[in-house]
Amino acid sequence: MRLEKRTQTSKLALVLAPIGAIAFTLVISGLLVIWAGAPLGQTYSLLFKGGFGSVFALSETLTRAIPLILTGLAATVAFKARLFNIGAEGQLYAGALAAVAVGGMHGGTGFDLPLWLLFGLMMLAAALAGALLLLGPALLKARLGVDEVVTTLLLNFIMLLFVSMMLNGPMKDPTAMGWPQSVALIGDLELSKLVAQTRIHTGLLWAITLAVALWALMKYTVPGFDIRATGANAKAAAFAGVPVTRTVVLVALLSGGLAGLAGAIEVAGRTSYVTLDMSPGYGYTGIVIAMLAALNPLGVLAAAVFVAGVLVGADSMSRAVGVPTYIADVIVATSLISVLVATLMTQYRVVRGLRS
Amino acid sequence: MPDPVLKLTGITKRFGALVANDAISLQLQAGEVLALLGENGAGKSTLVSILFGHYTADEGQIEVFGQPLPPGNPRAALAAGIGMVHQHFTLADNLSVLDNVMLGSEPLWQPFSRRSAAREKLLGVAQRFGLPVAPDAKVGSLSVGERQRVEILKALYRGARILILDEPTAVLTPQESEALFDTLGQMVAQGLSIIFISHKLGEVLRVSHRIAVLRGGKLVAEAPAAGTSQAQLAQWMVGHAVSATQRHPARATGMPVCTLDAVCTAGGGRDRLDGVSLALKAGEIVAIAGVSGNGQLALADLLCGTRAASRGTVTFLGQPLQASPAWLVTQGVARIPEDRHAVGVVGDLSVWENAVSERLRSPAFSRALWVRRGAAQAHAARIVREFDVRGGGPQSAARSLSGGNMQKLILGRALVNVAPTLVASRTSLPPEGANFPRGGPSENCPSSAPGAAVPKLIVAHQPTWGLDIGAVAYVQQQLIAARDAGAAVLVISDDLDEVLALGDRVAVMHAGQLTEALPADAWTRESVGLAMAGVHAGEPA
Repeated sequence: MRLEKRTQTSKLALVLAPIGAIAFTLVISGLLVIWAGAPLGQTYSLLFKGGFGSVFALSETLTRAIPLILTGLAATVAFKARLFNIGAEGQLYAGALAAVAVGGMHGGTGFDLPLWLLFGLMMLAAALAGALLLLGPALLKARLGVDEVVTTLLLNFIMLLFVSMMLNGPMKDPTAMGWPQSVALIGDLELSKLVAQTRIHTGLLWAITLAVALWALMKYTVPGFDIRATGANAKAAAFAGVPVTRTVVLVALLSGGLAGLAGAIEVAGRTSYVTLDMSPGYGYTGIVIAMLAALNPLGVLAAAVFVAGVLVGADSMSRAVGVPTYIADVIVATSLISVLVATLMTQYRVVRGLRS
Repeated sequence: MPDPVLKLTGITKRFGALVANDAISLQLQAGEVLALLGENGAGKSTLVSILFGHYTADEGQIEVFGQPLPPGNPRAALAAGIGMVHQHFTLADNLSVLDNVMLGSEPLWQPFSRRSAAREKLLGVAQRFGLPVAPDAKVGSLSVGERQRVEILKALYRGARILILDEPTAVLTPQESEALFDTLGQMVAQGLSIIFISHKLGEVLRVSHRIAVLRGGKLVAEAPAAGTSQAQLAQWMVGHAVSATQRHPARATGMPVCTLDAVCTAGGGRDRLDGVSLALKAGEIVAIAGVSGNGQLALADLLCGTRAASRGTVTFLGQPLQASPAWLVTQGVARIPEDRHAVGVVGDLSVWENAVSERLRSPAFSRALWVRRGAAQAHAARIVREFDVRGGGPQSAARSLSGGNMQKLILGRALVNVAPTLVASRTSLPPEGANFPRGGPSENCPSSAPGAAVPKLIVAHQPTWGLDIGAVAYVQQQLIAARDAGAAVLVISDDLDEVLALGDRVAVMHAGQLTEALPADAWTRESVGLAMAGVHAGEPA
């Protein structure tokens, strides 16, 4: 068996590919559900209801989607330029710490600044913190060819230890009865709720706005062209006059900044302080979401809601029928693989026989 | 007639909708050189790949010495006595000649390698066919011609009775090519059979007994070399009468546009400049000949802004040349890179984005970093129309274009400035593959009306490499037209015919050094060949 490039791709195939991928995912996950001894139909129905079946479920899903959208965008812009930023997790924590440093470390005085300015500074500090954390690996890659996958991945662990140090040291909340958590933001800085009686907050509007802005940047602007050209063929881009190094730096600032904002918005919208477990791997899941969205910023919105729905739905389903919540990870992972394969199959066909 | 050593019957190979080989039947006799002639994409490589077992034919049979050859099995082809010398050598640089020859021909599970026996055998083969080698020399230290000799020896060592040579002269100087032809003569005299793949008409007539011409996957003609003319071969190859680009001497040259003075570049191994001086004048084509890998890429990169000089000065219109592609484009330098797929276009981006990629920052195509898509797409549509870029609209990915159309896109991007006047006279140029009426420069000469944005300098590295004859003529005409409109043109090419056809002045590159650029009339093929091999004119050879 071998792959042969298709001369053209039909519209129908482009529509059928994701549908087929989802069907395949449900079949594979279904086998595991049956293996776990649970009724298949009820499990899937509970999973769906738990993720999307009620106002409460939907609000939980959207709340969970907010950081995933932002880390998904962070991965999208970086991967588009072939800067493989695996460090969104660390950048998220860096942003969260910076947000608390500006929004909570002033002894309740708010540095005597107007609230809107303090809020702006908080967001800016978070974006800068994330951006600076990625700038080092990006410059090392651009100047010395150091593999950014290694540097960004390892920085995550350094960052987690740094967070631990801050939570047990300078940023420790003295009223937390010894729990390692940071001081809280002042209440005025917290994002307001979008819907009463839910946890869903205005961070969703931030995430949607940033997704649309990134989509427009990539599609309609000169830097967007530079990013796409650099990612698709850096040598040809340089030949055409694209400032490749500057573009990589810009991408690092954008990607790290988006991940940093994810941290700040989680703190301001949900937790109001930093803990060591505030992110259950949002930075890594963002990579999956970016790939599911085929690196399209608008697709990230849909992919993040899908993944968040599966994660939230699996929680409630698990309590009801006793299938471990890990089924959510299986569904997300299988859907990623099958979407990638389905996309490949829209461009190639399988031909029997030896090489050709 | 004796039984053929090789018999192909009705070989057909399809790739999707493309029929690469269409019911090809051929025979090869013992002691015969059969030339396989055809343009790029005619199906020559597919056919020999089937023969050597890299591809499996959809239909048809192969018989070698009367035995059917199992399809899709290179080992069976080797065992049957078929040897192949690829255009790109398959040698390990860090091993000796003997190691390279033995590599793969020894069983893996034997306690001792039989080096001394192998050495005897290699020297025997070398002597028998007049291919002297030093068995212990590292392949990395050999010249290209010597490496090719090792490749041939490798095939003969394994007992090849049928030798396939894929474009063997592409990397050789004319003198090395002559030596190769002598070797081939000795081999057929001893009963070997040779398939010689080429798209160069002259050498095909020079070396082969019989010529098979492929076009569009079909065998269109088969004729003995004796009594066949180049014009006839060209007509079979292209499907209609063609004449090569005639020399159009420059009328008057102007001021120096770009001057290199003792320029060196650092790094790059063999691909570097070592004290190169050259003056490029307006209204003149300077053509650089040389075996590839002798610094041509460094020279092209230097003038394309992607490499900086480490010593010496490069002056462009009275100012130091900046190593910046963007700066060069704004200064009016049109650049055509050697590798159009890897450097010329960004294949994943659309045709229209590639068409404006060099000028995207100019106010014509963006305002405050916001791309003016309307203006950019109109500009791209104009290039597509006026340079007859076929095979995809402005929205399709650039990678979907064929090589010839991709080159037209690159040419259009480089030559079409925003000012419309230059282009006005281009609209009548014929499409790729069409017959080219031979006209004087005046017919294709763009109007030199005031404001016409003629490039100041054109740097064209291998501008016609891999293109079919129609596209070759088109690209060459464009370069001549730009020269006549007052551009200084630098053409760097491995193709000696192209250098001699285009260059008003010709210089030869060897080991990073450049000979003086002499008028084309002052060179002969022989003197160019000697200079390509590093023997300076005037010195006793």
